[in-house]
Amino acid sequence: MTEPRTGAAGTERVVAVGAGAKELATEDMILNIGPQHPSTHGVLRLRLTVDGERITAAEPVVGYMHRGAEKLFEVRDYRQIIVLANRHDWLSAFANELGVVLAVERMLGMEVPVRAVWARTLLAELNRVLNHLMFLGSYPLELGAITPVFYAFRERETLQAVMEEISGGRMHYMFNRVGGLKEDLPYGWLGRVTEAVAEVRKRLPDLEELIYGNEIFLARTRGVGVLDRETIMQYGVSGPIARAAGVDLDLRRDEPYLAYGELPVQVVTRTAGDCHARFEVLLDQVKASLDLADACVERLRSLPPGPVNQRLPKVLKVPEGHTYAWTENPLGLNGYYLVSRGEKTPWRLKLRSASYNNVQVLREMLPGHLIADMVAILGSMFFVVGDIDK
Amino acid sequence: MAEVLDVALRLAVIVIAFLTLPLIVGQTEHKAMAHMQSRLGPMYAGGFHGWAQLIADGVKFVQKEDIIPAAADRRVFALAPAVALVPYLVVMAVIPVGPGLVGADLDAGLFFALAVLGVGVLGSIMAGWSSANKYSVLGGMRSAAQLMAYELPLVLAASSVAMAAGTLSLPGIASAWQWWWLPWQAIGAVVFFVAGLAELRRPPFDMPIADSEIIMGPMTEYTGIRFALFLLSEYVGIVVLSALTTVLFLGGWQGPLLPGPVWTLLKVFALAFVVIWVRVSFPRLRADQLQKLAWVGLVPLALLQLALTGVVKVLLAA
Repeated sequence: MTEPRTGAAGTERVVAVGAGAKELATEDMILNIGPQHPSTHGVLRLRLTVDGERITAAEPVVGYMHRGAEKLFEVRDYRQIIVLANRHDWLSAFANELGVVLAVERMLGMEVPVRAVWARTLLAELNRVLNHLMFLGSYPLELGAITPVFYAFRERETLQAVMEEISGGRMHYMFNRVGGLKEDLPYGWLGRVTEAVAEVRKRLPDLEELIYGNEIFLARTRGVGVLDRETIMQYGVSGPIARAAGVDLDLRRDEPYLAYGELPVQVVTRTAGDCHARFEVLLDQVKASLDLADACVERLRSLPPGPVNQRLPKVLKVPEGHTYAWTENPLGLNGYYLVSRGEKTPWRLKLRSASYNNVQVLREMLPGHLIADMVAILGSMFFVVGDIDK
Repeated sequence: MAEVLDVALRLAVIVIAFLTLPLIVGQTEHKAMAHMQSRLGPMYAGGFHGWAQLIADGVKFVQKEDIIPAAADRRVFALAPAVALVPYLVVMAVIPVGPGLVGADLDAGLFFALAVLGVGVLGSIMAGWSSANKYSVLGGMRSAAQLMAYELPLVLAASSVAMAAGTLSLPGIASAWQWWWLPWQAIGAVVFFVAGLAELRRPPFDMPIADSEIIMGPMTEYTGIRFALFLLSEYVGIVVLSALTTVLFLGGWQGPLLPGPVWTLLKVFALAFVVIWVRVSFPRLRADQLQKLAWVGLVPLALLQLALTGVVKVLLAA
């Protein structure tokens, strides 16, 4: 558009001058996206340098929601830590609890009852579906499609009902305990899980057909925000975002915890690494997780009755030592490095959250894109601000 | 005396239509969109299925504080909503709803309507520029860029119909319309309607507003009644676009059994429903994608339609 064309007579002339043309002196503008901006899902701030609408530099500014979670862990006993730990990524509370209890159980050398292991696996997968459905609804919303979010929430509500029934919570389930689960499964609950899962599986195509193959959606997401393997490795990007770029890593398969070793975990990967591939991975992971949930229900049905937790001492002290427990959270790798000096509180509990690493890469991804693409990319990075700022 | 009364009556009808039709379209949008998204939409205001929701909204907007940012260009800022709204009112005066039922029968009505319609966009650009807000500037710039994209296909498609009818008068075009114009002018109709959507900045062409990107763009700093005027202009715009499409491409008041004005209104509301439907169904295009759509898609199609109209016209005359 702005290139000088050679006319018929051989003289150079400028056909049109657009915004950001090199012939004109333009001034860069600093644009603050956030901390209060609808497409940051909270209080992430991006400091963009824009030339017209083209981004020349981007700097994620984090910390607006820092709550000092790691420091708070150090003055809480292990039961209280679970309450705190399920809060940073509020869309995957159950999965967050899991990392803490797995670390503590490993340090204690505690054997978790088999029913609890399978129930935990089931709840973790349902939690994953809930998390992904949220993004499957909110991402189209950011691109201007206002309807899919209602479909996504209808499915979420179906699953929330069973989660609420078992745990009493809708967001912060607090259902994990060191050594198992809080309570046994309610009577008839497994049947209701099967129904809910079948319902969601049946209605998922509604959401898929509404947005997935839409020409405008494709135009906005294909080839936009491509993330390559090299960058992913350097920034420690994980989860669906990494898998969308062909990084075939899923702890559920590669380093099985809970009951994943006995389950056929299907790892969804794509190679394109663009916004569309990330959305695709999320959608397919929902299907894969629904299948896993069904498999868990089947196994739980066949298990003989037994305990779902262990009797704990009144004051739970973890022996001296350290361990690192990591889990495949819905948004990526979630790691807890637990250092204990034999007290009832940890000496240090370092939290590695997926979103923190995943948003750092925005600095590399955004430059060169338009502001409109910035929203498409930001939405496809599937982050939770609490998970960034902790 | 009778003449004055006649003009006064016509003006009164136009103002009433101007005040009620957009509200009906707005309410339809609330309800149709809600039901498409498995919601109910407004249910309380006014008692019956929330029929008075928009009136209640209006009352609320009037009561709100009218904030003008300190750094804003006060006069331009204050004037912008009016510039956005008034052109649509003026256009409504030249749109016929039935044979002889028109506010002002201009010989060059089509020309007048398209020219005045273009002024409305100025309101958006003025608002964007005067708000002293970076998001608003971006929105204003997008509005201006968008103007370049859709204006040409819009005019080309409209001129095809004018050529077919051999007149620029809107009532003239509507009365010259025959059913077989429907397939003949089909491409032009689609181009006109799509370009019109872009003019209104309605989804999927709402990038100047883009609430999830640039926070309503030019309207970011507006509150209260001025913001409401922008919203109102959007809905009047839907009515005007639907009415123009009806008159130009769907034969206006022509139709069996029912009286003419009823047909006009039916067609207008059917098209308005399509506008709403599109909003519920589609994501937003990017600004450069609209440019591409306009220059690579709409303009050639409009030219094709123009050629087709010319050829058929010559063949008919021969």
